[in-house]
Amino acid sequence: MVIVRELELDLDAFEGPFDLLLTLVLKDEIELRDVDVAGIVLAFIERLAARDELDLDACGEFLVLVSALLELKARGLFPEEAAELAELEPEAAAEELARRLAEYRRMKEAAAWLRERLEAEGDRYFRIGPAPFAPRVEPQLALQDPEKLAAALRLLAVPPPEVSLAHMALRFPPVTQFLERFRAVLRRRSRFDFDQEVGELSRVEQAVAFLALLELRRGGEIAIEQAAPFAPIRISRTDVEREDSWTLRSA
Amino acid sequence: MDAPLRLIAANPLDQLAKTVEALLVVASAPLTVAELAEAAADDPERVEAALGLVGERYREGRSGIVLERVAGGWAFRASREAAEACARMVEKPAQRGLSQAALETLAIVAYLGPCTRPDVARIRGVSADSAVASLAERGLITEAGRDDAAGGAIRYRTTPLFERVFGLESLSQLPRLDDLGGGVDEIRDRLHAVAEKRTA
Repeated sequence: MVIVRELELDLDAFEGPFDLLLTLVLKDEIELRDVDVAGIVLAFIERLAARDELDLDACGEFLVLVSALLELKARGLFPEEAAELAELEPEAAAEELARRLAEYRRMKEAAAWLRERLEAEGDRYFRIGPAPFAPRVEPQLALQDPEKLAAALRLLAVPPPEVSLAHMALRFPPVTQFLERFRAVLRRRSRFDFDQEVGELSRVEQAVAFLALLELRRGGEIAIEQAAPFAPIRISRTDVEREDSWTLRSA
Repeated sequence: MDAPLRLIAANPLDQLAKTVEALLVVASAPLTVAELAEAAADDPERVEAALGLVGERYREGRSGIVLERVAGGWAFRASREAAEACARMVEKPAQRGLSQAALETLAIVAYLGPCTRPDVARIRGVSADSAVASLAERGLITEAGRDDAAGGAIRYRTTPLFERVFGLESLSQLPRLDDLGGGVDEIRDRLHAVAEKRTA
């Protein structure tokens, strides 16, 4: 069971158990308007969620306490509204109404006086403009040693060390180099294993070699086969393959 | 600095009057005696005396320019004789077309200021938002901090421009609140009569 009064709160205005907050509020030792009631609700809901079961008793108690707190806070925010006319005795209500009417009537007459004044003063013309600028006060600087300034500037004037970009350079061998190489291999052998052929090359060279493969494939010079992803790529001369199929068919 | 020394230094008053005159021409808002004294580098008492000389020269009916004491300071304005000509040339945006709601709001802010929009609304019984906004835009009222109470609504007070537009030396020239609101007692009596009937 969630015990509402022991709910730990961590608000801007207050940190501690809910019960203590209520006590402090009732004793006027804490300003209710500074208390974030939504924060209390959140804390309760989080606590409830952590329990993973709906505790109706706790919810009911919490609702009663929080709504009382909200009402107190609302009343505090509108002090004037506390004296609602409806709650007053007819005599008192009449007095309150008369007071309000008198206040408004005075202001209405003041407004009428202002209007008369405006009309009487209507023929007064004067210049209105932004305030002119006051002269700027020259800041007085302390005496400076020019040598110090020069030293500081010298420090700034040193060119920064050159940043090396060597590690970023990628050297791409020409694709044609691999075209020639693969054609030469294929003149000697009818098929070869791509990984074996380029295994000792760098990654970039391997990539260019692969481009060369695609180029040869496009030209119809080779056939490429791979049994499964990441399996060895096998290259064969297309004329060999054609021969094979021809042989098969004729057999 | 030694004030008596400067008096003996015989800067004649009419010389100071010329300086004061020049400062007033340059200024775009009323200048207080203190401001004039600081700019003229002279004593406030002598500036007052010089203002007397300048005021004599720029009296209504004597010149097209009139020196007036307004909004807590001193300022030049056009003579009333020239008003028609002025009206053909310049607009008066601050006071043109002030509504009844705006004037009532202005009165409330002038008497009770600094006060908030809820204060104004409570007295007038309707929302004061647009009236306050319009007055602030005209420069007749301005923000003056926030209410201490909960919510911290913005407070407003009237500006020196308000006093100038209405030709007031200061807010104390407004009629006393006690002198306003005639007939209030009659209303009160009638309300009480109704209340007695309800209790009976």
